[in-house]
Amino acid sequence: MWSVVRFWSTHRHELVTLLAQHLLLVAASTLVAVAIGVPIGIFAARRPRLAAPLIAIANVVQTIPSLAMFGFLLPVPLAGGVGARAAVVVLILYGLLPIVRTTIAGLRGIDRAIREAGVAMGMTMRELLRQVELPLAMPSIVAGVRVAAVAGVGSATIAAAIGAGGLGEYLYRGLSMVDTTVILAGAIPAALLWLERQLSARRRAPVRRAAFAGAAALAGILLASSAVAAWRSGADVVVGSKNFTEQFVLGELLAQAIEREGLSVDRRLNLGGTLICDRALLMGDIDVYVEYTGTALTAIFHRPIEKDSSRVYDEVRELYARTGRTLLPPLGFNNTFAILVRGTDARSLGLRTIGDAARESPRWRAGFGYEFVGRPDGYPGLAEAYGLRFPAPPRVMDLTLSYRALASGQVDLIAGDTTAGLIKGLDLLQLEDDRHYFPPYDAAAVARAEALLRYPQLRRALERLSGRISAADIAAGFLARVPSGAPENVSAVPRRR
Amino acid sequence: MPGAAIEFRDVSFARPSRPRVLDHFSLAVGAGEVLALVGRSGAGKSTLLKLVNRLLLPVSGAVIVEDRDTRDWDPIRLRRRIGYVLQEVGLFPHMTVASNVGVVPRLEHWAEDRVAARTMELLDLVGLPTAQFATAWPDELSGGQRQRVGVARALAVDPPVLLMDEPFGALDPLTRAELHAEFRRIQSRVRKTVIIVTHDMGEAFALGDRVGVIEDGTLVACDRPMVVAASRDMRVRRLLDAVRLDRDALQRAD
Repeated sequence: MWSVVRFWSTHRHELVTLLAQHLLLVAASTLVAVAIGVPIGIFAARRPRLAAPLIAIANVVQTIPSLAMFGFLLPVPLAGGVGARAAVVVLILYGLLPIVRTTIAGLRGIDRAIREAGVAMGMTMRELLRQVELPLAMPSIVAGVRVAAVAGVGSATIAAAIGAGGLGEYLYRGLSMVDTTVILAGAIPAALLWLERQLSARRRAPVRRAAFAGAAALAGILLASSAVAAWRSGADVVVGSKNFTEQFVLGELLAQAIEREGLSVDRRLNLGGTLICDRALLMGDIDVYVEYTGTALTAIFHRPIEKDSSRVYDEVRELYARTGRTLLPPLGFNNTFAILVRGTDARSLGLRTIGDAARESPRWRAGFGYEFVGRPDGYPGLAEAYGLRFPAPPRVMDLTLSYRALASGQVDLIAGDTTAGLIKGLDLLQLEDDRHYFPPYDAAAVARAEALLRYPQLRRALERLSGRISAADIAAGFLARVPSGAPENVSAVPRRR
Repeated sequence: MPGAAIEFRDVSFARPSRPRVLDHFSLAVGAGEVLALVGRSGAGKSTLLKLVNRLLLPVSGAVIVEDRDTRDWDPIRLRRRIGYVLQEVGLFPHMTVASNVGVVPRLEHWAEDRVAARTMELLDLVGLPTAQFATAWPDELSGGQRQRVGVARALAVDPPVLLMDEPFGALDPLTRAELHAEFRRIQSRVRKTVIIVTHDMGEAFALGDRVGVIEDGTLVACDRPMVVAASRDMRVRRLLDAVRLDRDALQRAD
């Protein structure tokens, strides 16, 4: 517990920023959900035949897991992509259901005699709505807004998956590094925030003051949302990264190299898997990130596996060029998949190669990340190449969680990253790919051609990095010493070289 | 009938794919007259009132208000010339008594001081002292007080016509008798054209200049109370007998 407090005090500026981002995400999305949901609710309340299908649609939207929602929205222009905007769109979609539903319920719940009295007194539909129906439905609508805001506080943690910031960043960062302190550092304030919303919801405003309270809340949210607009950075270059430790470090390396050329950089690290980064780059949400040649060949461009590393590089470079992107020279190391087992098992069973592990596989359980299971250069091909025969299908789990699952004996074999610092930290052993199943995975920056044209310094910065990060550097395990918390803490690395 | 404030000319009404509520109904109400309509529940009394302020339009025939077909009236203008009092009153629960009374004047964009003066005048008229009741909320009032506010609200912009749908139906007999007296007192001062609907023959006799009896969507009798009381029509007698039975029961209880 003390470590969490210490973490907060050393990271208090970052904590405040993330907290503010979190609140702004929720406030902005709730505001828009109100602006859309209340009119929809009013419309639907007057047309009962429409209300049922509308609620049904909203219900379906609500049941889509938020990560899947981000996935759906990735290729959608304007609303999708990565960053705060996409997160707000998803949170709006989640906020709509409670607001539409309570608006309909609030309007339907009005005594028929009261509405009839208003009409008979000669109120126009508009006057009736403004003077009678909305004030009377307001407590119900406010309750819906509260539900949306409370749910939003929770859902906003997921927003970090697409680089929108917020307290979820700590959760993901902590999960990536299997660091409970960091997870708690994000989870505790998120939970407190949720609790606070819940408790303040208990103190119910009386009917007549609800309208005023609603108006005040709206004004506050408006203010907040204008702040969100301002918070969107106007940086020259946006650097992205995938969601594991090595990628944070590489992203930070790129960012600092670019900054040294005098360009301002917006860091969108921890964006999720390969496809999220690829889409983000394609749509211009990010300008550059580090990809691996074998991954690009198979997972992005769906080409057959190729063994020769320079042929792979040339082919991928060509494929990128056709889609308006430029693959820069390799950084200098190959981060292949590491088939990992526990060090104790390896020693007691005498395991050295993946072929050795195939012998043991009928008695083992395997656990893989989402990507590895689905990729053409992933599990199915590997099982075929080595004759792996696990009694049960592999457990599919978060890549970064799988290290911990292996170390704690829940699974017996995983596919990790060669460069993951945890390999040493958790006493894991990488089995040799003696049949050369995996293609080369040379790390290289890939950038939008447009950004390279606009900023010649960008190309200079990226080319300066090429060939300067060796496999030995990675193997030396400096990544294992990355302190918990911010990727920014590795600032010493590039200067050393 | 020339000079009638409200006239039903051969009016039929039915909701889509439902039986007829009114069947070739004709009736004229003179200016300043109180017409009390009696009939059992579902006889079409409330429908009649809603045809006057154009909450409903007739299927055939015409409803004439102030020499103009309701179809030709702008519904908003028409309704603001007609006060409407319901059994459930329909006071707006989110407004004070004074605000409730001031709704239509404000819709008509009266100046605030004029609204305030009128509200005070009306609360006085219906016997609710302004000092005590203006800032009260509807849920703090008794049923009788609420009904008085409903009447004050209906009279706010001094409309020539007043429609009352079972206005005293939900009140206890003592309060009801008290409000009957109040109604007669107020009507003697304001002289509105009033249609009041009730299922209680006694109330109709107490309030109406004329009493109309409705059954199955037609007017079976319509005349001065004494004439209706002497009617030989079976349908009228049944309603009268119901009142008499009540009185007999009361006498036996004594």
